[in-house]
Parts: sequence; C-alpha cells; structure tokens
Amino acid sequence: MEKEKQSYASPDEQGYYGQFGGAYIPEMLHQNVEELRTKYLEIIYEESFQQEFQYLLQDYVGRPTPLYFAERLSNRYKANIFLKREDLCHTGAHKINNTIGQILLAQRLGKKRIIAETGAGQHGVATATVCALKGLECIVYMGEKDIERQAPNVARMKMLGATVIPATSGSKTLKDATNEAIRDWINNPNDTHYIIGSVVGPHPYPDMVARFQSVISEEMRNQLLEKTGSELPNYVIACVGGGSNAAGAFYHFLDEPSVKLIAVEAAGEGVNSGKSAATTQLGTTGILHGSKSLLMQTEDGQVVEPHSISAGLDYPGIGPLHAHLFESGRATFMSATDKKALTAAFELAKFEGIIPALESAHALHALRMINFNKNDVVVICLSGRGDKDLAAYMMAMMNNNQ
Amino acid sequence: MFVKLLIIEYLLQKMSRLKDIFLTKRKSILNIYCTAGYPHLESTLEVMKALQDNGADIIELGMPYSDPLADGPVIQHSSSLALANGMTIKKLFEQLKSFRSEVSLPVVLMGYMNPVLQYGFEKFCADAAAVGIDGLILPDLPEYEFETEYGPIIKKYNLDFVFLVTPETSEERVRKLDNLSTGFLYAVSSSSTTGGGNSKAASEEYLLKLKGMELKNPVLVGFGIKDKASFDAVCRIADGAIIGTAFIKSLENSTDVNASTKTFLSSVLG
Repeated sequence: MEKEKQSYASPDEQGYYGQFGGAYIPEMLHQNVEELRTKYLEIIYEESFQQEFQYLLQDYVGRPTPLYFAERLSNRYKANIFLKREDLCHTGAHKINNTIGQILLAQRLGKKRIIAETGAGQHGVATATVCALKGLECIVYMGEKDIERQAPNVARMKMLGATVIPATSGSKTLKDATNEAIRDWINNPNDTHYIIGSVVGPHPYPDMVARFQSVISEEMRNQLLEKTGSELPNYVIACVGGGSNAAGAFYHFLDEPSVKLIAVEAAGEGVNSGKSAATTQLGTTGILHGSKSLLMQTEDGQVVEPHSISAGLDYPGIGPLHAHLFESGRATFMSATDKKALTAAFELAKFEGIIPALESAHALHALRMINFNKNDVVVICLSGRGDKDLAAYMMAMMNNNQ
Repeated sequence: MFVKLLIIEYLLQKMSRLKDIFLTKRKSILNIYCTAGYPHLESTLEVMKALQDNGADIIELGMPYSDPLADGPVIQHSSSLALANGMTIKKLFEQLKSFRSEVSLPVVLMGYMNPVLQYGFEKFCADAAAVGIDGLILPDLPEYEFETEYGPIIKKYNLDFVFLVTPETSEERVRKLDNLSTGFLYAVSSSSTTGGGNSKAASEEYLLKLKGMELKNPVLVGFGIKDKASFDAVCRIADGAIIGTAFIKSLENSTDVNASTKTFLSSVLG
C-alpha cells in the first residue's frame, strides 16, 4: 500500500502514525497546541537549544547512561543481555530526558508557568526538578488516590517547590490528573506550558516527547557498536504504559527491520481478569486526551479504569506511535502480570544487584517469554529504579518469602 | 439584504429549526444546556419540555462522557451522575424516539468524539436526524478531520454543525470556522472550561470584534453566562447566549424539575 517508504518514527503533518494520532482538542486549546506544532521542530533543532539540552543531559542528568552487560542474567537466559541503565538518571528514571527538553522549549516560548500530570509521581518529580532548575512555577496534578499511595514522591515534589493539586474528578487517578492538567491549560491560555509525561496527547506531543526520549536509542547504537561491533541488536525490549521509554528505546531502530522490537504491557491481575492495563489486547480504537489511539473503553465509549501494580503503566490508553507499531506488526506486544513483574524484579535484584522499578520489571519478564539464540544481542530498557516501589516489594517479601 | 438571503436559504433547505429561530426571533436567543439523563435517567424529556414551556429558544442536550475535557466541575458532575444513572447514546435515542410530538424547539446534541465513534459516526448522524435532532456540537472534532472525514457525513443527514471560537482564535480562523459552521457560531466568552471562574462574562471588545466581522452565522455566547445580568449584557451585542452550568446547578437538589426550570428561566428572562 505504501508507495513511498515512510519512516515509522515520524508522524505525518497532521500528527498521524498510520491511522492513529491527530489533535482532537477543543478550540480553547487550539492556540497553544498550534503554537507548539508550528514551532517545536525549529526550536529543538536550534544550535543553542541543542547545546543547552546536551549539556544538561550530560552534567545534570548524568548521560550517557551505561549500557551494562548483565553477565549472570545472560547465562541464565542463554543470550547476550544488556541493560540500558535509565534508572541511573537523575531523579531515578528516563522521565527527566523529556522534562529537560520541554522546560527549555517552554523558556523559549516565553512561558512562566508549568503544569504537568503524574501517576506514580515520577514525571511529577522530573517536572518539579526542571522547574526548580529554571526557577519556573510548577503545578502538578495528581489523582487523589495516587497522592495517598505515593506519599514519598508527593513530598519530593513539594520539597522541589511544586504545588501538588489533587485530581478529584472521575476515578481520581492518572487519566483524571491528565484531564485536570488539560483543563488548567484551557483556563490559562497565555503564560502556561503543559509538560506531558508520555508519548500521548494531541500532536505534536507524541512526536516531541519521542524525540526527547530518543537519546536512549541514540546512545544504545553507539554503545552497542563499541561493545559488540554492531550498532544493531537482535532485540530491544521495553515496557509500555503510555510508552515514553519504549518510544525512546525503539526510536533509532524503528526503520531497522532486523531489530525485533518487544513492547511489554501490564496485564495486572491477568489480561481477562477485569483488572488489567494491557491496552493492545483489551483496547479498541478511540480518542483520549487529544489523540486517536487504542483505548480501554466500554462499548458505549466510556473510558475504563485500568489496573496495574505499577502506577506508571496504569493508563487506559497507549501512545499513537505504539498503536501503529502494534497494528502494523512492526513491534511485538507481550504482557506481564503483577506477579510476573514482581518475580522479575526480585530476579534482577538477586542476579545483578539492581533493584528495578516495577515498570521496568515488566520488560524484564519478556526474557522468560522469548526463545533466544545464544548469540542474540538483547537490550532491555531499564527505565527506572525501584526505590519508589519498596512498599510493594516489602509486601511481596512478606507474602511470598521471595 | 441579509434577511432576504436567509429567507431564500431557509426555503431552499425547507426546514431548519435552528435557522428558523434566528429568523423569527432574531435577538436575545436563549440556548439552555442540559445533560441527558440528569438529574434522573428519565428526566431528559421532562427537562426539555420544561425548557420549551418556560421560554428557552434552543436546547443543547449534553451526551455524558467519562472524560469531558472542556467542562468544569459542575457539568462534569452532572455527566458522572447521568452515566451512573445508566445514560448512553443508545438509551438517549430511545428516550428521544417520539420527542418531536412534544418539543418543537431546535435541539442540538453536544458531546465528545469518543462515545460517538464507538456508536458509529454515520449511524449516530442517521439516528440523530431520524428522531429530529437539528445539529451537533462536538468540541473535540477538529476542523481538519471535519473537512476530510466527518463533515460530509454530517451534511448527508442534513444536520447543522457548530464550531467554537474563543478570544484567542485569530480573525482568519474565526472566518474559517464560521464558514464551516451552520446554525450558529459558539463564541466561548473567555478561555475557560464551562462554568469558568472568570468574573466578567465576556469582554465587550471581543464580542464587538465578532459582530464587526459580519459573520455568516448568528453568534451565541457561552461559558460564564449565569443570570439575567450576564445574559442581557451579551445580548446587547451578540445574537444570544448559552447557559449551562448555572442551569445544571439549579437542578442539582431539585425535587421538581419542572418547577426548578421555571424558576430558573424566569430569573434569567424576567
């Protein structure tokens, strides 16, 4: 069908990846989104922007993050397994790659006030961090339920000077925090920039966030060349909630058909348990937060509340890029239940001395679902560290003697 | 000249209740928003009849959605309640099956794209037209998708479609959205979600600018219009106004929907 070979990485001018994407926004947001759409590429590829962005990624975030050869894990799974250590980024996850990019963009757009949504609090912390760095006002919307569940991250945001506003509408979780952030943007059309935390939202957000996160796969290529003699691995594996770390880890491999891309969703208590967040298995085409994608919803088109032990994967949609990768078959989608993710987390802790975030543990579970050849080079994006998940890990140790 | 053109257009289209109301009444058009299935699942029709009996000119019927981005807390709450009451698009069309025997006011359906897409966009338009709905307001349907995909379907079923403009909308874009709209143009008075806190209902300057543009469609002003004073103020410049949040609030603890509607409308029109 496709006459000219279009890159998987870039949406068309209207923001579509295949049939997914677009900008389904009310007129009240048009001015702001249109301003971004017309300026983002020009701004982020300016030399001065790139200089400052690269400088902060290096000296503030701590990039490049290591590509670590996990020897004991490799022996166990009979493949050459590398971990891309995004958990070593400042603030403990890949999220800050994007917030650094967006704060620089917001400054260049002359914005004085930053808003963000957060689920577990990782993106909220990453946003509060860059706002402190740049001295900008920061307001983070967080579901009332998540505020209760994630007290340490709420405290971090406050210590960083952010105002955390509980989202009390709907189900009081991430999707509602996103709604509230969008409503705030509608009510503050002139001085505010909305830093979305994932590759979701209206065009140009999915593309912009993917570009900021693409530093992950850019580094992977250089590091693989050095360590294996080839820039291209056989597999890249990442977890997907909205999909920002996966977008970053896949980005520079999207148009390399020899590289198998594996996306792991959260199955919660089981894909068919009614408590799951496996959007590609349970979702149908729909519109949420300004873009058309796959969405967990009732047959009447009301959005369904997902479930995952990992708050970062607890989102009823998926970025339009990923919906397209799923539909086109370019990426293979798998899922890991809460239990499997816990098992994978404890395994990494014991075999490699690394406590992963629960989100990243979902990606690690893929090792058990794929039959590798012993020469295969496998890169897993270890998107975040597990400090924030200690409560869940303690609970698991109590219950299972892990 | 303007009126003559409108009459010709009206005759060509045979029947457009929306155009008709602007032709016959011409000023101080009052459009009242209500959420279908609120305050009770079966109150939809009762509210519509009460609106008609007590002086509303247009009814904007909201189809509840779990994630209504453009709405403030009051309308969100009414949507959640309506959903909890069991309201769906299917249920709504059942309720509206023979409403035209009792309600002659123009009725536009307002809602978000997702539930409409799940229902099936063309089936939605066909069923809406079949029960006697006059037009649609879908705030998250952008004009690109309207022009390329959905507009022709809406036209096919002879439904009007209303775009929103805000004080931030450029003049060029106002003209474009006016051209794409039929029925009326929805001028959001200030950049906010519905029921927004901005004290001044609408800046005179903005409304005068719209008036001076001599747009194709009549202009109804919405968001922040809540009582007689704010209604009269915008009607001095614009063709009329839309009241939503204030009306929903008045129904909140109502035991008699009809009486509450009457009280509310007489307070606005009285």
